[in-house]
Amino acid sequence: MLATPDWRLDDLGEDVYEPSEDTFLLLDALEAELPRLVGGSARLVVELGSGAGLVIAAVSRALQGGAHCVAVDINPAACRATQATAALNDARVEVIRGDLLECLLPGAIDLLIFNPPYVVTHADEIYQGDGINRSYAGGARGRQVMDRLFPQLPRLMSARSCFYMVVIDENEPQEIAALLGDLGFESSVVMRRRAGIERLSVMKFVRL
Amino acid sequence: MKLLTHNFLTSRCLKGVNVGYPLKIVLGHVGELPQALIEDYESNEDFLKKVHHVLLEVDVINGELVCPESGRKFPITSGIPNMLLNEDEV
Repeated sequence: MLATPDWRLDDLGEDVYEPSEDTFLLLDALEAELPRLVGGSARLVVELGSGAGLVIAAVSRALQGGAHCVAVDINPAACRATQATAALNDARVEVIRGDLLECLLPGAIDLLIFNPPYVVTHADEIYQGDGINRSYAGGARGRQVMDRLFPQLPRLMSARSCFYMVVIDENEPQEIAALLGDLGFESSVVMRRRAGIERLSVMKFVRL
Repeated sequence: MKLLTHNFLTSRCLKGVNVGYPLKIVLGHVGELPQALIEDYESNEDFLKKVHHVLLEVDVINGELVCPESGRKFPITSGIPNMLLNEDEV
């Protein structure tokens, strides 16, 4: 089982997204996928946009030191929160401040997890600083940040790697599946849930 | 930051940089590993223990990573390397 890590609101402050329905859906989806994650041969696990750090702390603990777990976030407050949450849960997590995954070595990522800024907003909102806006502001169709990542995936991911991502229906998951299909990834939906006005899904992409 | 993490980092996204790997590390502490790979590295337990210690136990709290081609420095603060680039560097 994938235990939900503890976190302290004091570690988050006002600039870090507080764990919410989408966070817990992602944790539940990864728990459902746990046999695959533990049984797999992942050596490098990366969570992009780790925020409060619950997800990467949970995965790191579940893998029990079998993989090197790295969290990347552009928001410096989120980097510190991830570090604090990892320490609180005695989880080994390395934290890097960066823009998407441009600083990572090609072909190295075996397992990638991304709860992206998927909310439909004005494009300008994405670039209004590196604070909490980065956790939700997705621009047109909520796609502007994730769309920057997709073309980098074939370069970044290892052979037979796997990628989990949270989306809402406004992001047009079927179009994303087609896009990723063209990039060599097979898509499926691991879990769906309705939370308020958001119809959330966790998509899974396996490199063919 | 553990030194194993450094093994996965590159500055290749900098304008004019081709490989950007491996990044140089600027820190006070220098490892206890031999300069060249020893012959029986796969079975020499003493050597493997030292490698494990340097890669997974030594924690870099403050220091710098340096692009091998451009000399651009990436600061490590409280164990977190800042790999963000400015707009004019990409």
